[in-house]
Amino acid sequence: MVSRPSIQELQEIARRARIETIKAIYLAGSGHPGGSLSIMDLLVALYFGGYVNVDPKNPYKPDRDRVILSKGHAAPAFYTILAFKGFFDKELLYTLRQLGSPLQGHVSRKHTPGVEASTGSLGQGLSIALGMALKARVDGLDYRTYALLSDGELQEGMTWEAAMTAKHFKAKRLIAVIDNNNIQLDDFVPKVNSGIYPIEDKFQACGWHTITIDGHDYNQILEAYDEALKVSEEKPVAIRAITVKGKGVKFMENTPAWHGKAPDREKFIEAMKDLGVSEKEIEEFLSKYDRKN
Amino acid sequence: MFLYTKDAPKGDIRKVYGETLVELGRKDPKMCVLDGDLSTSTKTAMFGKEFPDRFFNVGIDEQNLVGVASGLAYDKDRAVFASSFSMFLTGRAWEIIRQHVGYNDLPVKLVATHTGITVGPDGASHQMNEDIAIMRAIPNIRVVVPADIHILKKVLYKAHETPGAFYIRLTREKFPIVYPEDVEFELGKGHLLREGKDLTIVAIGLMVSHALDAATILKEKYGIEAEVIDPVSVKPIDGNLLVESARKTKKVVTIEEHSIIGGLGDAVFSVLGEHYPVPVKKIGIPDVFGESGTAQELLRKFELMPDQLAERIYKWLKTL
Ligand SMILES: Cc1ncc(C[n+]2csc(CCOP(=O)(O)OP(=O)(O)O)c2C)c(N)n1
Ligand SMILES: [Mg+2]
Repeated sequence: MVSRPSIQELQEIARRARIETIKAIYLAGSGHPGGSLSIMDLLVALYFGGYVNVDPKNPYKPDRDRVILSKGHAAPAFYTILAFKGFFDKELLYTLRQLGSPLQGHVSRKHTPGVEASTGSLGQGLSIALGMALKARVDGLDYRTYALLSDGELQEGMTWEAAMTAKHFKAKRLIAVIDNNNIQLDDFVPKVNSGIYPIEDKFQACGWHTITIDGHDYNQILEAYDEALKVSEEKPVAIRAITVKGKGVKFMENTPAWHGKAPDREKFIEAMKDLGVSEKEIEEFLSKYDRKN
Repeated sequence: MFLYTKDAPKGDIRKVYGETLVELGRKDPKMCVLDGDLSTSTKTAMFGKEFPDRFFNVGIDEQNLVGVASGLAYDKDRAVFASSFSMFLTGRAWEIIRQHVGYNDLPVKLVATHTGITVGPDGASHQMNEDIAIMRAIPNIRVVVPADIHILKKVLYKAHETPGAFYIRLTREKFPIVYPEDVEFELGKGHLLREGKDLTIVAIGLMVSHALDAATILKEKYGIEAEVIDPVSVKPIDGNLLVESARKTKKVVTIEEHSIIGGLGDAVFSVLGEHYPVPVKKIGIPDVFGESGTAQELLRKFELMPDQLAERIYKWLKTL
């Protein structure tokens, strides 16, 4: 057993992380709130549940665990977690997507400590993760590699090329987490290309162990991660996390239109209230940082 | 004949693309359109709404997108339009484009939005500065870069009626209107937009309006008379127009919102190098990646705003 904060504590971290994520997107005036909010609990459980061995003071130590954000547009959520972990100052979140900021629109290893691979073009992360998992074997290290995927990018052939290849090379300590929010850019996944379903069968056919959970239920998430740690010593593991796109902000929840746009001031205030921010705090934040008004 | 003034209104390139697809679809019941989960952004969704049976949103799988488009087009009995952001359409699916669309000169019209650094805050992963280079390199593919909504419409009609493969480079941004509505477009025929005797500026896309503004600055500030040409089609390129102008001015500057490697600059350079060698200065994105920022900020960072272009050209002329 790993020692970790209580579930209430993890939930509180996630609430604060959702707030910072939406603030960053609001100030940037663009970005992807839906998929950032849906993956948040999976990220919080991963980084604060004790599953990722990383040291912000030494971000490239050779035996660190690797986390690949394959769905690179969830950058605001990922940056928030990295900031909370101490990789950089939280204030930096408010420079997201601005000229000269180290926080690029899509995660970039060139710019940001804690980012392992530059993504943004979907469907490439599982191959990168496989390469990193194979490198561990070559170097005699036993770090873990996590690939955080979206459901939409299961449509990319490269995802499945990596899945098959992982079996062939008997990849160990390789764990894929799929944020199955059932929405992509244009519409709900079944309306665009339903062929990704059933997800578990496909990964199993490729020789993977699969686990299916509610991606917002911490008991289930932690249990799945524990199981994945054990089983991935033998074979690669895919966790299908059923999630709600836009989770935590009512008007964004399960709504394709909130995949890739920033809220205006009014909607921003509504989002903050949903996340339990007081009117006073919202006012203070806006007067300090909002240069649009 | 040309409308352009410094305060020309802007035209929504993507919206006109969507509207024109619908127009063409009404005239041509066989035409098909495909997209890769970006139809609300590329505006092919407008065609999909009216012609759901001839519209295929295949999802996030661009290699498959071009493969399916090719399958629809192999009998060469219809125009097939396929759209996505340029990075994913021309980049991800390059080899499929080469093996099928290019090799067989299929009537697939690849129309990409989101090109160059004006993609903006999404950052380097989405800023496609190499698409003209990689599309030009494939035999048969005609590469066209409309500078405004009026010529865009003509380009789309021409691509629809012309057998064979096209790459049409659109944008995320709105472009100032340069041409009158009744502008004509012929493959391999450029437009002389401003006459001059001291130097020739060849520009495409958004840079056409910037070049015209830069030419005005050069005239007002330095008395330099620049000729401005929009070749519209980069492949085939209007060699006659370029050589004729170079004969007169003896100096050529190319301006594109694309890498200076393999794009318009190299296309112009090749023609002039062979037929009328004169000094050519290539202006565009240098050999580096872009970054997040607004379109305007990035244009300034890369020194592609009209005032910056005028200064760069003036400085270069002084070195000759
Ligand atoms: C290869 C590629 N094609 C297209 C896009 C454009 N795009 C960005 S996000 C997105 C939809 C994302 O939906 P999904 O993958 O399910 O992500 P999530 O729901 O987790 O936000 C698309 C099509 C891209 N980034 N990469
Ligand atoms: Mg999704």
